[in-house]
Amino acid sequence: MGWIGIGESVRSLNIKQSLFQLITLGMIVSSALMLWKGLICLSGSESPVVVVLSGSMEPGFKKGDILFLHMSNEPIRAGEIVVFKVQGKQIPIVHRVIEVHERQEMGEVDLLTKGDSNPSDDRMLYARGQFWLKRQHIMGRAVGFLPYLGWATIIMTEQPIIKYILLGVLGLLIITSKDERHKFSAAKT
Amino acid sequence: MHSFGYRANALLTFAVTIVALMCAIASLSDNLNTPSPTAEIQVVNINWFQKQTHGNDEVSLTLNITADLQSLFTWNTKQLFIFIAAEYKTPKNALNQVSLWDAIIPAKESAKFSIHTSNKYRFIDQGHNLRGKEFNLTLHWHVMPKTGKMFADKIVMSGYRLPEEYR
Repeated sequence: MGWIGIGESVRSLNIKQSLFQLITLGMIVSSALMLWKGLICLSGSESPVVVVLSGSMEPGFKKGDILFLHMSNEPIRAGEIVVFKVQGKQIPIVHRVIEVHERQEMGEVDLLTKGDSNPSDDRMLYARGQFWLKRQHIMGRAVGFLPYLGWATIIMTEQPIIKYILLGVLGLLIITSKDERHKFSAAKT
Repeated sequence: MHSFGYRANALLTFAVTIVALMCAIASLSDNLNTPSPTAEIQVVNINWFQKQTHGNDEVSLTLNITADLQSLFTWNTKQLFIFIAAEYKTPKNALNQVSLWDAIIPAKESAKFSIHTSNKYRFIDQGHNLRGKEFNLTLHWHVMPKTGKMFADKIVMSGYRLPEEYR
Protein backbone atom coordinates (compact mmCIF):
# COMPACT_ATOMS: atom_id res chain seq x y z
CA MET A 1 0.00 0.00 0.00
CA GLY A 2 2.75 2.44 1.02
CA TRP A 3 4.77 2.33 -2.23
CA ILE A 4 1.71 3.01 -4.37
CA GLY A 5 1.17 6.28 -2.49
CA ILE A 6 4.80 7.29 -3.08
CA GLY A 7 4.39 6.45 -6.75
CA GLU A 8 1.34 8.69 -7.05
CA SER A 9 3.01 11.66 -5.36
CA VAL A 10 6.09 11.27 -7.61
CA ARG A 11 3.84 11.22 -10.64
CA SER A 12 1.97 14.39 -9.58
CA LEU A 13 5.32 16.06 -8.83
CA ASN A 14 6.48 15.13 -12.33
CA ILE A 15 3.39 16.68 -13.89
CA LYS A 16 3.83 19.80 -11.75
CA GLN A 17 7.46 20.02 -12.76
CA SER A 18 6.88 19.71 -16.45
CA LEU A 19 4.00 22.20 -16.29
CA PHE A 20 6.29 24.63 -14.48
CA GLN A 21 8.97 24.14 -17.14
CA LEU A 22 6.41 24.80 -19.85
CA ILE A 23 5.36 28.03 -18.14
CA THR A 24 8.94 29.29 -17.77
CA LEU A 25 9.61 28.46 -21.41
CA GLY A 26 6.45 30.34 -22.37
CA MET A 27 7.54 33.27 -20.21
CA ILE A 28 10.91 33.48 -21.96
CA VAL A 29 9.36 33.32 -25.43
CA SER A 30 6.62 35.83 -24.63
CA SER A 31 8.98 38.33 -22.98
CA ALA A 32 11.22 38.19 -26.06
CA LEU A 33 8.15 38.81 -28.22
CA MET A 34 7.06 41.67 -25.96
CA LEU A 35 10.51 43.29 -26.24
CA TRP A 36 10.41 43.05 -30.05
CA LYS A 37 6.84 44.34 -30.39
CA GLY A 38 7.59 47.09 -27.85
CA LEU A 39 10.56 48.18 -29.99
CA ILE A 40 8.28 48.22 -33.04
CA CYS A 41 5.81 50.47 -31.19
CA LEU A 42 8.55 52.82 -29.94
CA SER A 43 10.36 53.12 -33.26
CA GLY A 44 7.28 53.15 -35.48
CA SER A 45 9.12 50.92 -37.95
CA GLU A 46 8.06 47.38 -38.80
CA SER A 47 11.66 46.23 -38.41
CA PRO A 48 13.28 48.43 -35.74
CA VAL A 49 16.67 46.69 -35.85
CA VAL A 50 18.46 45.69 -39.05
CA VAL A 51 21.80 44.03 -39.76
CA VAL A 52 24.04 45.50 -42.44
CA LEU A 53 24.61 42.79 -45.05
CA SER A 54 26.91 44.46 -47.58
CA GLY A 55 29.85 46.84 -47.68
CA SER A 56 28.17 49.55 -49.74
CA MET A 57 28.19 52.02 -46.83
CA GLU A 58 31.80 51.40 -45.77
CA PRO A 59 33.67 52.69 -43.92
CA GLY A 60 30.65 53.99 -41.99
CA PHE A 61 28.80 50.71 -41.71
CA LYS A 62 30.51 47.38 -42.19
CA LYS A 63 28.92 44.02 -42.78
CA GLY A 64 27.60 42.69 -39.47
CA ASP A 65 26.92 46.04 -37.83
CA ILE A 66 23.51 46.71 -36.30
CA LEU A 67 21.37 49.74 -37.08
CA PHE A 68 18.43 51.05 -35.08
CA LEU A 69 15.67 52.44 -37.23
CA HIS A 70 13.08 55.07 -36.54
CA MET A 71 10.03 55.82 -38.64
CA SER A 72 8.16 59.07 -38.11
CA ASN A 73 6.05 61.47 -40.13
CA GLU A 74 8.91 63.95 -40.23
CA PRO A 75 9.93 64.65 -43.82
CA ILE A 76 13.01 62.88 -45.15
CA ARG A 77 15.93 65.15 -45.99
CA ALA A 78 19.12 64.76 -48.02
CA GLY A 79 21.95 63.13 -46.08
CA GLU A 80 19.78 60.87 -43.97
CA ILE A 81 20.45 57.16 -44.06
CA VAL A 82 17.26 55.32 -44.93
CA VAL A 83 16.27 51.69 -45.24
CA PHE A 84 14.14 51.03 -48.30
CA LYS A 85 12.59 48.09 -50.05
CA VAL A 86 12.36 48.02 -53.82
CA GLN A 87 9.38 46.28 -55.37
CA GLY A 88 10.25 42.75 -56.43
CA LYS A 89 13.29 42.52 -54.15
CA GLN A 90 13.25 40.71 -50.81
CA ILE A 91 16.19 42.27 -49.00
CA PRO A 92 15.94 45.89 -47.84
CA ILE A 93 18.82 48.26 -48.64
CA VAL A 94 20.49 50.77 -46.29
CA HIS A 95 21.72 53.82 -48.22
CA ARG A 96 22.01 57.58 -47.97
CA VAL A 97 19.55 60.05 -49.54
CA ILE A 98 21.38 62.39 -51.93
CA GLU A 99 18.47 64.07 -53.67
CA VAL A 100 15.06 65.25 -52.44
CA HIS A 101 12.25 66.77 -54.49
CA GLU A 102 9.24 67.47 -52.28
CA ARG A 103 5.95 68.59 -53.85
CA GLN A 104 3.99 71.65 -52.78
CA GLU A 105 1.11 69.42 -51.72
CA MET A 106 1.92 67.48 -48.56
CA GLY A 107 3.22 63.97 -48.65
CA GLU A 108 4.43 63.46 -52.19
CA VAL A 109 8.20 63.21 -52.42
CA ASP A 110 10.84 61.91 -54.85
CA LEU A 111 14.09 60.60 -53.37
CA LEU A 112 17.37 59.40 -54.83
CA THR A 113 19.79 57.32 -52.76
CA LYS A 114 23.41 56.23 -52.98
CA GLY A 115 25.74 53.98 -50.99
CA ASP A 116 28.66 55.95 -49.57
CA SER A 117 31.25 53.63 -51.11
CA ASN A 118 29.38 52.96 -54.37
CA PRO A 119 30.65 54.92 -57.38
CA SER A 120 27.18 55.85 -58.67
CA ASP A 121 23.62 56.38 -57.43
CA ASP A 122 21.02 53.66 -56.87
CA ARG A 123 18.92 53.95 -60.04
CA MET A 124 20.44 50.63 -61.14
CA LEU A 125 19.11 48.97 -58.00
CA TYR A 126 15.56 50.29 -58.34
CA ALA A 127 12.83 48.46 -60.21
CA ARG A 128 12.91 48.64 -64.00
CA GLY A 129 11.88 52.09 -65.16
CA GLN A 130 11.85 53.50 -61.62
CA PHE A 131 13.70 56.80 -61.30
CA TRP A 132 12.75 57.85 -57.79
CA LEU A 133 12.02 56.31 -54.41
CA LYS A 134 8.66 57.26 -52.94
CA ARG A 135 7.62 57.55 -49.34
CA GLN A 136 6.01 54.10 -49.35
CA HIS A 137 9.34 52.41 -50.18
CA ILE A 138 10.97 53.75 -47.01
CA MET A 139 10.98 51.41 -43.99
CA GLY A 140 12.76 53.76 -41.62
CA ARG A 141 15.77 55.97 -41.09
CA ALA A 142 18.89 54.92 -39.23
CA VAL A 143 19.33 56.75 -35.91
CA GLY A 144 21.75 54.58 -33.94
CA PHE A 145 24.56 52.17 -34.48
CA LEU A 146 26.18 49.19 -32.74
CA PRO A 147 29.22 47.49 -34.26
CA TYR A 148 29.73 43.72 -34.87
CA LEU A 149 26.62 42.40 -33.04
CA GLY A 150 24.88 41.48 -36.28
CA TRP A 151 27.46 38.81 -37.07
CA ALA A 152 25.51 36.36 -34.89
CA THR A 153 22.48 36.55 -37.18
CA ILE A 154 24.59 36.51 -40.36
CA ILE A 155 26.33 33.31 -39.23
CA MET A 156 23.01 31.76 -38.21
CA THR A 157 21.31 32.50 -41.53
CA GLU A 158 24.32 31.34 -43.55
CA GLN A 159 24.85 28.19 -41.43
CA PRO A 160 21.41 27.06 -40.21
CA ILE A 161 22.93 24.03 -38.44
CA ILE A 162 24.59 26.33 -35.90
CA LYS A 163 21.20 27.88 -35.19
CA TYR A 164 19.63 24.47 -34.48
CA ILE A 165 22.55 23.38 -32.30
CA LEU A 166 22.33 26.65 -30.33
CA LEU A 167 18.57 26.35 -29.92
CA GLY A 168 18.91 22.71 -28.81
CA VAL A 169 21.60 23.46 -26.24
CA LEU A 170 19.65 26.45 -24.87
CA GLY A 171 16.44 24.40 -24.58
CA LEU A 172 18.33 21.60 -22.86
CA LEU A 173 19.95 24.06 -20.45
CA ILE A 174 16.60 25.60 -19.52
CA ILE A 175 15.01 22.20 -18.88
CA THR A 176 17.91 20.68 -16.94
CA SER A 177 18.60 23.76 -14.80
CA LYS A 178 14.96 23.96 -13.71
CA ASP A 179 15.07 20.23 -13.00
CA GLU A 180 17.98 20.68 -10.60
CA ARG A 181 16.30 23.49 -8.72
CA HIS A 182 13.13 21.47 -8.28
CA LYS A 183 15.00 18.43 -7.03
CA PHE A 184 16.72 20.72 -4.59
CA SER A 185 13.54 22.32 -3.28
CA ALA A 186 11.79 18.97 -3.21
CA ALA A 187 14.58 17.49 -1.11
CA LYS A 188 14.42 20.38 1.31
CA THR A 189 10.74 19.94 2.16
CA MET B 1 22.82 24.93 -7.80
CA HIS B 2 26.16 26.65 -8.49
CA SER B 3 26.97 24.52 -11.49
CA PHE B 4 29.41 25.49 -14.24
CA GLY B 5 26.56 26.45 -16.57
CA TYR B 6 24.96 28.65 -13.94
CA ARG B 7 28.21 30.52 -13.27
CA ALA B 8 29.00 30.90 -17.00
CA ASN B 9 25.52 32.32 -17.57
CA ALA B 10 25.87 34.82 -14.73
CA LEU B 11 29.29 35.91 -15.97
CA LEU B 12 28.05 36.34 -19.55
CA THR B 13 25.01 38.35 -18.44
CA PHE B 14 27.19 40.61 -16.30
CA ALA B 15 29.73 41.12 -19.10
CA VAL B 16 27.03 41.99 -21.65
CA THR B 17 25.40 44.43 -19.21
CA ILE B 18 28.72 46.19 -18.59
CA VAL B 19 29.51 46.44 -22.32
CA ALA B 20 26.02 47.82 -23.05
CA LEU B 21 26.42 50.37 -20.24
CA MET B 22 29.84 51.43 -21.56
CA CYS B 23 28.40 51.87 -25.08
CA ALA B 24 25.55 53.98 -23.70
CA ILE B 25 27.96 56.18 -21.69
CA ALA B 26 30.27 56.58 -24.72
CA SER B 27 27.30 57.66 -26.83
CA LEU B 28 25.99 60.04 -24.13
CA SER B 29 29.44 61.62 -23.75
CA ASP B 30 29.04 63.03 -27.29
CA ASN B 31 26.54 65.50 -25.83
CA LEU B 32 29.31 67.14 -23.79
CA ASN B 33 31.00 68.34 -26.96
CA THR B 34 29.82 71.74 -28.22
CA PRO B 35 31.26 72.00 -31.71
CA SER B 36 31.92 75.28 -33.54
CA PRO B 37 32.51 74.32 -37.17
CA THR B 38 33.11 76.95 -39.81
CA ALA B 39 32.74 76.73 -43.57
CA GLU B 40 32.71 78.87 -46.67
CA ILE B 41 31.60 77.86 -50.14
CA GLN B 42 32.05 79.95 -53.26
CA VAL B 43 30.71 79.35 -56.74
CA VAL B 44 33.82 80.09 -58.78
CA ASN B 45 32.41 79.38 -62.22
CA ILE B 46 29.34 78.18 -64.12
CA ASN B 47 31.01 75.65 -66.43
CA TRP B 48 27.94 75.13 -68.56
CA PHE B 49 24.17 75.49 -68.24
CA GLN B 50 21.70 73.85 -70.56
CA LYS B 51 18.33 72.22 -71.06
CA GLN B 52 18.52 68.46 -71.57
CA THR B 53 16.77 66.89 -74.56
CA HIS B 54 13.93 65.65 -72.30
CA GLY B 55 13.39 69.12 -70.83
CA ASN B 56 15.22 69.18 -67.48
CA ASP B 57 17.69 71.95 -66.73
CA GLU B 58 21.24 70.87 -65.91
CA VAL B 59 24.09 73.02 -64.67
CA SER B 60 27.75 72.35 -63.97
CA LEU B 61 29.50 74.43 -61.32
CA THR B 62 33.00 74.88 -60.00
CA LEU B 63 33.11 75.30 -56.23
CA ASN B 64 35.66 76.52 -53.77
CA ILE B 65 35.11 74.87 -50.38
CA THR B 66 36.95 75.89 -47.23
CA ALA B 67 35.99 74.34 -43.92
CA ASP B 68 37.25 73.64 -40.43
CA LEU B 69 35.26 70.77 -38.91
CA GLN B 70 37.83 69.58 -36.37
CA SER B 71 35.67 70.50 -33.39
CA LEU B 72 33.08 67.91 -34.46
CA PHE B 73 35.41 65.06 -33.61
CA THR B 74 35.19 63.38 -30.21
CA TRP B 75 36.71 60.15 -28.93
CA ASN B 76 33.55 58.31 -30.01
CA THR B 77 33.69 59.59 -33.60
CA LYS B 78 34.41 57.04 -36.29
CA GLN B 79 34.08 59.35 -39.26
CA LEU B 80 32.41 62.43 -40.62
CA PHE B 81 30.29 62.33 -43.73
CA ILE B 82 29.94 65.76 -45.31
CA PHE B 83 28.13 66.89 -48.40
CA ILE B 84 27.14 70.08 -50.15
CA ALA B 85 23.58 70.40 -51.38
CA ALA B 86 21.91 73.01 -53.52
CA GLU B 87 18.52 73.84 -52.01
CA TYR B 88 15.80 75.80 -53.80
CA LYS B 89 12.06 76.11 -54.38
CA THR B 90 10.20 75.72 -57.65
CA PRO B 91 6.51 76.18 -58.53
CA LYS B 92 6.16 72.37 -58.57
CA ASN B 93 8.28 71.49 -55.54
CA ALA B 94 8.26 73.05 -52.08
CA LEU B 95 11.81 71.83 -51.55
CA ASN B 96 14.54 70.55 -53.84
CA GLN B 97 17.78 69.26 -52.34
CA VAL B 98 20.41 68.17 -54.82
CA SER B 99 23.70 66.82 -53.52
CA LEU B 100 26.60 68.28 -55.50
CA TRP B 101 29.66 66.97 -53.74
CA ASP B 102 30.44 64.75 -50.73
CA ALA B 103 33.39 63.41 -48.78
CA ILE B 104 34.21 61.08 -45.92
CA ILE B 105 36.56 62.51 -43.32
CA PRO B 106 38.12 59.64 -41.39
CA ALA B 107 40.23 61.62 -38.90
CA LYS B 108 40.44 64.93 -37.10
CA GLU B 109 43.71 65.78 -38.86
CA SER B 110 42.00 65.93 -42.26
CA ALA B 111 38.96 67.89 -41.05
CA LYS B 112 40.50 71.26 -41.93
CA PHE B 113 40.68 71.61 -45.66
CA SER B 114 40.28 73.77 -48.72
CA ILE B 115 39.27 72.25 -52.03
CA HIS B 116 38.60 73.47 -55.55
CA THR B 117 36.24 71.14 -57.41
CA SER B 118 33.46 70.88 -59.94
CA ASN B 119 30.25 69.17 -58.85
CA LYS B 120 30.66 65.42 -58.31
CA TYR B 121 26.97 64.61 -58.84
CA ARG B 122 24.86 66.07 -61.61
CA PHE B 123 22.83 69.14 -60.75
CA ILE B 124 19.58 68.42 -62.60
CA ASP B 125 16.26 70.09 -61.87
CA GLN B 126 12.89 68.34 -62.06
CA GLY B 127 11.73 70.55 -64.91
CA HIS B 128 13.22 73.73 -66.37
CA ASN B 129 13.16 76.26 -63.55
CA LEU B 130 16.87 76.94 -63.06
CA ARG B 131 17.29 80.08 -65.20
CA GLY B 132 17.73 83.04 -62.87
CA LYS B 133 16.96 80.74 -59.92
CA GLU B 134 18.23 81.73 -56.52
CA PHE B 135 19.48 78.83 -54.40
CA ASN B 136 21.25 78.13 -51.11
CA LEU B 137 24.42 76.10 -50.84
CA THR B 138 24.33 74.07 -47.65
CA LEU B 139 27.13 72.16 -46.01
CA HIS B 140 25.67 69.17 -44.15
CA TRP B 141 27.60 66.88 -41.84
CA HIS B 142 26.67 63.53 -40.37
CA VAL B 143 28.75 62.31 -37.47
CA MET B 144 29.07 58.53 -37.47
CA PRO B 145 29.93 57.32 -33.97
CA LYS B 146 32.00 54.30 -33.00
CA THR B 147 28.85 53.30 -31.18
CA GLY B 148 25.51 54.86 -30.34
CA LYS B 149 23.52 57.81 -31.64
CA MET B 150 24.29 59.53 -34.93
CA PHE B 151 24.38 63.32 -35.13
CA ALA B 152 23.73 65.67 -38.04
CA ASP B 153 23.68 69.41 -38.62
CA LYS B 154 24.34 71.97 -41.34
CA ILE B 155 25.57 75.44 -42.24
CA VAL B 156 23.48 77.34 -44.79
CA MET B 157 25.16 79.74 -47.19
CA SER B 158 22.46 81.68 -48.94
CA GLY B 159 22.12 83.84 -51.98
CA TYR B 160 23.46 82.34 -55.16
CA ARG B 161 21.74 83.14 -58.41
CA LEU B 162 22.06 81.15 -61.63
CA PRO B 163 22.40 83.11 -64.90
CA GLU B 164 19.30 84.16 -66.81
CA GLU B 165 20.41 82.43 -70.02
CA TYR B 166 21.73 78.95 -70.88
CA ARG B 167 25.40 78.84 -71.76
